[in-house]
Amino acid sequence: MDALFTEAFIGALLFGAVTAGVPLLLAGLGEQISEKAGVLNIGIEGMMLVGAYVGFTVAYYSESFFWGFLAGGIGGAAVAAIMVVLCVYASMNQIVVGIGITLAAEGMTALEHHYEFSRSYPRLGKTESWPIPGLSDLPYVGNAFFNHSPLVYFGVVLTFVLVWLFRRTHVGLNLQAAGDKPAALDAAGVSVATTRALAVLSTGFLAGLGGAYLSSVAGGLFLPFMTGGAGFIAIVLAMLARGKPTWVLLGAFLFGASLSLTTAMQVAGINVPTDIIQMLPFAMVILVLVAFGRNSRLPPALGLPYRRGER
Amino acid sequence: MNQSQAGAIAGSAVRVLLPVLLALVAGGLILLALGADPIAYYGYVVQRGLLSPTGLEGSITRMAPLLLIAAGLIVAFRAGLWNLGVDGQYLLATVVVAALAPVLAPLVPSWLMIPICLAVAFAVGAAWSVIPAFLKAVHGINEIISTLMMSFLGVSLANILIKIVFNDTTTTVPQTETLAVEDRLSRLGDSTVHWGVILAVLAVIGVHYLMGHTALGLRLQIIGSNPRTAIHAGLNVKRLTFIAFALSAGLAGVGGAIDVIGVQGNVRADYNPAYGILVIPLVFLARFNGFGVIAFVFFFAVLMIGGESAARRVGVPNFFVLVLVALLLTFLALVEYLDHERRQKRAA
Repeated sequence: MDALFTEAFIGALLFGAVTAGVPLLLAGLGEQISEKAGVLNIGIEGMMLVGAYVGFTVAYYSESFFWGFLAGGIGGAAVAAIMVVLCVYASMNQIVVGIGITLAAEGMTALEHHYEFSRSYPRLGKTESWPIPGLSDLPYVGNAFFNHSPLVYFGVVLTFVLVWLFRRTHVGLNLQAAGDKPAALDAAGVSVATTRALAVLSTGFLAGLGGAYLSSVAGGLFLPFMTGGAGFIAIVLAMLARGKPTWVLLGAFLFGASLSLTTAMQVAGINVPTDIIQMLPFAMVILVLVAFGRNSRLPPALGLPYRRGER
Repeated sequence: MNQSQAGAIAGSAVRVLLPVLLALVAGGLILLALGADPIAYYGYVVQRGLLSPTGLEGSITRMAPLLLIAAGLIVAFRAGLWNLGVDGQYLLATVVVAALAPVLAPLVPSWLMIPICLAVAFAVGAAWSVIPAFLKAVHGINEIISTLMMSFLGVSLANILIKIVFNDTTTTVPQTETLAVEDRLSRLGDSTVHWGVILAVLAVIGVHYLMGHTALGLRLQIIGSNPRTAIHAGLNVKRLTFIAFALSAGLAGVGGAIDVIGVQGNVRADYNPAYGILVIPLVFLARFNGFGVIAFVFFFAVLMIGGESAARRVGVPNFFVLVLVALLLTFLALVEYLDHERRQKRAA
């Protein structure tokens, strides 16, 4: 049991928690923006997958992680644009379109991968990471928290930017109104459709970034269906966070920890079947829902298309 | 038949067939972009899934699990419940029945074994929907998320059961014990189609009747279309939610059982056909109508069986079927929207 408490073990566990948590954090923050504005974005799994594929491909050919991330984000936003047209402007059922988007993304990325990479399975080189001077030398937590890809710091900073945005700005107020009482926003002279469209596009961009991190940093390669439900976990995180970005941050790293427990335990020589470990995050969601489900608050107009004059 | 009736029928035929046609054309363009020959691909799919006798029998056999899943979805969707956890419910029931059937077969006659297996499958599937039903009925938690989470859990749990609990120790790959061929569902005539397909068709028609023509069905439809009305009408919404979930998940479970005692005979580790998420769009395309569902499931089964052959021959992986279903769904939604707009304009 001593192996459990060595610095190496704790370091690996925490480092893994951050690595596994960042895609959930980015996607979860994105989903929160959409949900606030009244769009339940079930297609986020598909947006992550497209971000993962595009991000990996661009990072591979351009040999630059930066362009990979950017391309991943744009890829996710491009998928979100489809959702904007169908759900926001054409008022179609968000759940049906979301399932369609996820299926299409699963199929397309797997097909593309088959034609492009299935013979070679290329891997990316080691990620560039930015150690934060001073902090990264701390024992136990230094390497785990302060020696990461720039995207990790971006996610954390974004969390607090969103806190400010939601609380202190007109943009935040408009988002909230679009989800709580779209008719009031409309009456105030702000376009519900534009507000929601921008929200969904941001969601797509963030989900795409999360996907790109998953493929190019966390995995180093793209595999078909590699998101494996991360998008759905992000939806749950956003739901349970009740509109608070900091809760998404906390939840994402808790989930990341439960995911990284597998590798950490293998480091420590404890052999647990992977299926049991794979169940952990989902079991956690269900437990959390059963225990705290009463407290999950969703915007009243979530999932409902807005048509002016309709009641 | 007067002119307006004929027009209405023609209109609904266009609304169904146009998305199918558009999806096939768009899919063809994607194939072209990927460097595959769409004509050869579609030709091979039709040849192998529909025109060759073995292919056609394969397609019809494949309909059995899909139809039972669809029957369950009709109940849930008409009751306004998004049961997106079909895959977990289906797979858990499949694994339990796969373990049970070979043990039961030497002990009891088949007229008893088959009903027991189906009942157990129904119970297992239904049991896996209790938590989402509880969360929805008591806490009002959106069932989309909870059913999806339970689905991921169910798939992993099914794997654990195969690898650890029900593992047949005589084989190298982890799998359940194999049900002897003579103990499986009997075939229809000289074909390879088993009678479970008939049961599945009856289940869809039964559900169609249940939802449209019985008091229970009417109550479920009321909670589906307007929960507030349901409360004011004095309906026990909580109980009805549990019933709808249990029926939906139970039928999916029976689908798994039919496939395992009809065709597969055993389940290997990491087997997950993920039929549920593919059948959902089909049930939508059919607008929750039982007869429409049967037609669409047949179309889709041909696509699957033909696509599996085409994957080997033409070299287009079967992932393409996912894309095609998504395109179908998108074009359906689009045609529906345009139709709605047109009517609005005419009314104005």
